[in-house]
Amino acid sequence: MKKCNTRTRVMIYIGFASVYLLGIFFWGLFMPESGYDVNYADKLLPPGSGHLFGTDFMGRDMLMRSVKGISVSLLTAALAAGISSVIALAFGVTAAVFGGRLDSFVNWCVDLFMGIPHLVLLILISFMLGRGAKGVTAAVAFTHWPELTRVVRAEVISVRSSQYVRAAYKMGKSRFSVAWGHVIPHVLPVYLVGVILLFPHAVMHEASITFLGFGLPAEEPAIGVILSESMKYIAMGKWWLMLFPGLMLLLAVMLFDIIGENLKRLWNPDSGNE
Amino acid sequence: MQDKSSEGLAAGNISFRYGKSADWILRGINLTVKPGERVGLIGPSGCGKSTLARIIAGYERPLEGEVLLNGSPLPKKGYCPVQMIYQHPEQAVNPRWKMEKILCEAWTPDAELLKDMGIEREWLKRWPAELSGGELQRFLIARVLGPQTRFLVCDEISTMLDVITQAQVWEILLKAAERQELGMLVVTHNMALAKRVCTRIVSLPEINGAEYR
Repeated sequence: MKKCNTRTRVMIYIGFASVYLLGIFFWGLFMPESGYDVNYADKLLPPGSGHLFGTDFMGRDMLMRSVKGISVSLLTAALAAGISSVIALAFGVTAAVFGGRLDSFVNWCVDLFMGIPHLVLLILISFMLGRGAKGVTAAVAFTHWPELTRVVRAEVISVRSSQYVRAAYKMGKSRFSVAWGHVIPHVLPVYLVGVILLFPHAVMHEASITFLGFGLPAEEPAIGVILSESMKYIAMGKWWLMLFPGLMLLLAVMLFDIIGENLKRLWNPDSGNE
Repeated sequence: MQDKSSEGLAAGNISFRYGKSADWILRGINLTVKPGERVGLIGPSGCGKSTLARIIAGYERPLEGEVLLNGSPLPKKGYCPVQMIYQHPEQAVNPRWKMEKILCEAWTPDAELLKDMGIEREWLKRWPAELSGGELQRFLIARVLGPQTRFLVCDEISTMLDVITQAQVWEILLKAAERQELGMLVVTHNMALAKRVCTRIVSLPEINGAEYR
């Protein structure tokens, strides 16, 4: 049998991971509330044929709750990635292109945000905005840009000062054609990978602050809520309440990581032809 | 008609240093390259050869003095008639572009030139990382041999090549320079090479007003 090359294998990884994540996302998004209805007749059932992940203390199906929870997390993460990446792009490019005072200001902002422990910052913002879905989303969305800003700034600076860009100007190329031909193709892959690698952070942070009680309200089927509830039952031997949702969260985070890392390999010219 | 005396690439009274309080590297340098002339610029490592080459090619602005091409400053926009070939060809190509695109960034060399340069057709479909330094250097030379080029500044362009490739690259370059009547500034610390390819040799420490230490 013909051995598949790295490129094909990487595409397969990315394909599977994307299909799984998108599947969970849309399944949760369009799930009717009856999917995880309260049913006291079936409370605290262990995993079995009727309820694959078991049920909780109110008889709600844990599979459905977990899927819905992950889906909510993904939605928050998508918003966070969207907003944070736009901020990062604007800040990073501005700092790199204009330099001087603007560059110092952007670096100062980045240092300021990175100097505060991320979780504390998340809690502060979420608390200020009155917790709940609005608080978490805003907190997660507006705190994930500093790392990406640094990356974008560094990449733009390095490509702009490279010999081949300076040579292109000498060969009479316009700023536009240099940006289009050299700078964007260099920065875009790094940027997109950065955006995708924002997702696992955002998912984890959303789950964390909800778990700590500063995030989504208890009636919401969020992964953080599920995990903090399950803490109460772990001593009673109800292991499935924590295990399966925890694993699903872990899997989602790891899959994003796999997509990001593989895209990096695919777009890097040193490994792109392997 | 152009005044005959101002024809050529002239560096007039160039002074340069990196940073405000650093020592002067170049002081009051005067150097002219006429069309068709090949001037060898020699000197020990670190004496400012490359810096002077970059200034003359317009990559760096001198702190004092000016570089004139046929009596006027180098154009800031459009194709610069003074082009440079570098010591490290792998840094002068975009690693994300295929060789064909790199080669044709400024103009489209014809098949005959490529054959003369020893560039094989299949190399065009490769990425820079898949070619050796000597192979890349041929592309970089072909890239700047466009009809608008009048002067070439070669900064240690064959230092990292083995002797056979070195000979090949220079043979190609000299042939092209002759055909297009290019003026060349050849920066090297290899005296034997300078004697072989240049029509005139200038020692940088001798024309440099700054103390070399």
